[in-house]
Amino acid sequence: MKNSIGRDLPEVIEGYGQPIPYSGAFEARPAMRRQAPKVKTIHPRDQKLVDTLEAVFQQIPITDGMTLSFHHHFRNGDGVVNQVLATAAALGIKNLKVALSSVFPVHETLIAYMKSGVVTALDTNYMSGPVAKAVSEGVLATPVVLRTHGGRARAIECGQLPIDVAFIAAPAADEYGNLNGVQGPAACGSLGYAFPDAEYADHVVAVTDYIAEYPLAPISIPQCLVDYVVKVDCAGDPRGIVSGTTKITKDPVGLKIAAMAAKVIEAAGLLKNGFSFQTGAGGVSLAVAHFIRQRMEQEHIVGSFALGGITGYMVDMLEKGFFKKLIDVQGFDLEAIRSIKTNPNHLEVSANFYASPFNVGCAVNRLDVVVLGATEIDVDFHVNVVTGSDGVIMGGSGGHADAAAGAKVTIVVANLLRGRLPIIVEQVLTATTPGETIDVLVTERGVAVNPQRPELLRQLLAAGLPVKEIQDLKAMAEKIAGVPRKLTTSDRVVAVVEYRDGSVIDVVRQVHQ
Amino acid sequence: MNLRRTMLFIPGNNPGMLQNGGVFGADSVILDLEDAVAPQEKDAARLLVAQALQTVDYGTSERVVRINPLDTFGAEDIQMIVPCQPDVLLVPKVEGVQDIEKVTALVAQAETAGQKPVQLIALLETAKGIALAYEIAQSKGRLTALALGAEDYTAGLGATRTKEGKEIFTARSLVINAAAAAGIQSLDTPFTDANDEAGLYQDTLTGKELGFKGKLAINPRQIDVIHGVFNPTPAVIEWAEEVVHAIRKAESEGSGVASLHGKMVDAPIVARAEYILKLARRLGLEVMQ
Repeated sequence: MKNSIGRDLPEVIEGYGQPIPYSGAFEARPAMRRQAPKVKTIHPRDQKLVDTLEAVFQQIPITDGMTLSFHHHFRNGDGVVNQVLATAAALGIKNLKVALSSVFPVHETLIAYMKSGVVTALDTNYMSGPVAKAVSEGVLATPVVLRTHGGRARAIECGQLPIDVAFIAAPAADEYGNLNGVQGPAACGSLGYAFPDAEYADHVVAVTDYIAEYPLAPISIPQCLVDYVVKVDCAGDPRGIVSGTTKITKDPVGLKIAAMAAKVIEAAGLLKNGFSFQTGAGGVSLAVAHFIRQRMEQEHIVGSFALGGITGYMVDMLEKGFFKKLIDVQGFDLEAIRSIKTNPNHLEVSANFYASPFNVGCAVNRLDVVVLGATEIDVDFHVNVVTGSDGVIMGGSGGHADAAAGAKVTIVVANLLRGRLPIIVEQVLTATTPGETIDVLVTERGVAVNPQRPELLRQLLAAGLPVKEIQDLKAMAEKIAGVPRKLTTSDRVVAVVEYRDGSVIDVVRQVHQ
Repeated sequence: MNLRRTMLFIPGNNPGMLQNGGVFGADSVILDLEDAVAPQEKDAARLLVAQALQTVDYGTSERVVRINPLDTFGAEDIQMIVPCQPDVLLVPKVEGVQDIEKVTALVAQAETAGQKPVQLIALLETAKGIALAYEIAQSKGRLTALALGAEDYTAGLGATRTKEGKEIFTARSLVINAAAAAGIQSLDTPFTDANDEAGLYQDTLTGKELGFKGKLAINPRQIDVIHGVFNPTPAVIEWAEEVVHAIRKAESEGSGVASLHGKMVDAPIVARAEYILKLARRLGLEVMQ
């Protein structure tokens, strides 16, 4: 079958079931109730501290076929996933589903567990590195489910991703299960992506290397949700958790694109008091913030809030009065941690609050502008952030499709040529974010406006921006680099790309090795 | 005369930069075979630049190639580059009119039939070059501008290079005056700290106020600042419009001299005003008439 953007989907996907075809960004009308979490109790004298992960496995008990969930706030410094799975393997447990919000190179050990049958299913929003490559090459018999950040929260809350045990990497905990992300050697800032897991999993295990005196303050995840607290020697490597400082790019082409994106925002009439904004932590995205900030300074504009993954640059904008609030689902650096710890206007929010489509008000809906990247974009403005030019998985939506759907204006910034490859193609290999939610593409050689936004087109033309048809930009790139040979894949589905509402926007097929 | 507010250096051995050199809006790009390229990479860079000239669209940017001096790889550069139709060659370390003559002869030999003649810009970056600036500027034919290279020049003098640039005041003035006397353009030395925007602005302004018509740039990030200095401001455009209006009115009344806000408007002032309006129109800035 084909979904509404023309992507071919199997009628039944082995190991996934019957896909609900994507039918439009705002078409889904949920007719269901939320999953009711298990009701639990505890005797007043019971202890939650457990000495080892093995002991927790035995007390719960964790058995074959369960779903274990994890958050990714420790990024490439995570030590918890590997320790938990080593324990599972040592205990001879098989057929686990790992629901880890993002997979990083540090999780390479997963591959061995996949090969030995300890892990047979993976549910995630983003993956890069060796695991992504192994999945692309077909290491798992069942396809990986790739969700958006908002979609994962929705799936947990609505019962499509039931979790048996949530292992919550906690930078700081007390012995009765209060957790936060801002203290201890593995401090990571916001714990936003772990909130739905803590609330809905049957069993919740905090894994920490820093136990503070009861009661912990501040509290991000409260004691009433946490069953066990395990102290390990090391929960994560700070060098992989936070970067020192995130810097704006010095690449002149990236800066040119960023400056142009800032002009687009201004031309669209959005840069005024009360402005709200989301951008990534990458060099070019951050450079957009830099150029926006210059204009806000010149015009004495005070924004409302900045959203998403928070960097020191955004913290500086908060502290200098360019934004009144930061809404933080994930912090990227030491400055973000310092700020969320001390500044009441720096808010820690859950993945649900941030981006779930199935509630009555997620934060992305309040965005004026989001600036996003792309590995490919096609002439219908559909964006791929899942697979690279070789067909191998190298990312995932994360919040991409969520923020694109919510914001008034969604801007994709991309080099027209990446290496020797044109970024604009006739049809993206993997659709991640539908074109109907993308408004403008900004490249170093011109700006293309989605034809569904004629008013925006008029505004950008009136501002004298170099607006071109997306087909013309594509031709310009192909004139320089030629048309790349079309990639061929096998028919076997290795990943199902779910849109934020749970419908299937595309599938990833196995690459030829 | 060509607009050369900015001339952006692009390393001749960097394919990514060669490919993207046209996107930054510089009036000229200088594909560099000299200082940016190590001796053992000269031949590879020469091939790359030759390919770039034939395949990359530099848009409205003038295509300049900085060749090596004739006593190193210059002759080989000319032989391969000139048939690829650059607009201009930037000739380094020019120290006398004979340097331009030798390059001119080699360029003429290398040009293909029907090719648009390749122009030359002389880079003066030694004490001797500065001392003979006027003689060099008078080279007839292909020479279209003099450019100052202050880093090598001050190193040769043993002067301390400062951001304020008092040590190059004389050299700047000599280059500007020599070029003006010969009726060609003068172009200012680059500002080498790409991270100091305020310093770049001040240095560009200093050069412009002395009389330079443009400035070499070592980083695309410098372009907007330099253009900001060389572009006429709305107030200046308005003044130029008033001058032209006043002189037209005076002419219609049979006088060659007009008065504007109590000041005399004569031919040199009118010429300056007309240049400003021409520049403004060329840049698409708002001009009333």
